Amino acid sequence: MPNALRIAVRTIGELLITAGLLIGLFLVWQLWWTDVVANREQAQEVQALTAAFERAEVPDDALDPDSLVENAPPSGDAFAIIHIPRLDADYARPILEDTGPDTLALGVGHYVGTAMPGEIGNFAVAGHRTTYGAPFNRIAELQPGDVIVIETRSAYHSYRVDHHRIVRPWQTEVLEPAPSEPGVEPTERWLTMTSCHPMWSARERYILHSTLVESVPRNRTTLSEMLRTA
Amino acid sequence: MYALMWRILPGPWQIRLLLALALLAGLVYVLFTWVFPEIAPLVPFNDTTVE
Repeated sequence: MPNALRIAVRTIGELLITAGLLIGLFLVWQLWWTDVVANREQAQEVQALTAAFERAEVPDDALDPDSLVENAPPSGDAFAIIHIPRLDADYARPILEDTGPDTLALGVGHYVGTAMPGEIGNFAVAGHRTTYGAPFNRIAELQPGDVIVIETRSAYHSYRVDHHRIVRPWQTEVLEPAPSEPGVEPTERWLTMTSCHPMWSARERYILHSTLVESVPRNRTTLSEMLRTA
Repeated sequence: MYALMWRILPGPWQIRLLLALALLAGLVYVLFTWVFPEIAPLVPFNDTTVE
């Protein structure tokens, strides 16, 4: 075989092997490294929020549930912690404003323009089911009646799981103030969580709808109390 | 290709090995920090929102 041909064949072979190694390395990054980074960052964010919430003052007129509803923060800011005792007694992840990819790498993302925790309407959030710390990895284990506590600066908002749906990615009606009833004036206080479905796929979305049980001002209860009544 | 890179690296084989490993570490760093985060939105693992 001529020398030039040998070099060409060898180089092509080496390039193909390199491409294979690069794809393998990408999977290592996506499936392992994003979890390592995101789990650490999300745990730090929860700690920072907890410290900030403990310093915050709760208004005296906090017995009116609507006074416990806060204004939406600027895009990208963390403003709440989600606790899901069914998944783990210590389960706590930060909730940040907006649902862009950078935000979802840092925790659970709040759909901009949907209700805030404890508000009438639909407090809608998205979270990764795989990769980036996967806050909603076990969302399908949640059953009707399970309690989800959203902790904010002023209150603990306790929700109870109502039902789940599996929809196509474009079915944004699940985010409506009255879920899946476009144009209807909401009367209930919903929490809607969205994640990918099936795992590792972009084909569908797993939707979990919960309704508010109660909003309790921070100075009238504790987190363990709220989780115990779960 | 790799044989050529090995020949270009200076010094005895111990130094060449060290340089090759350093280059590899630098490549992994660049990929993890800048390249892979850019590619990630294009793979279907990460779509969690309805839109």
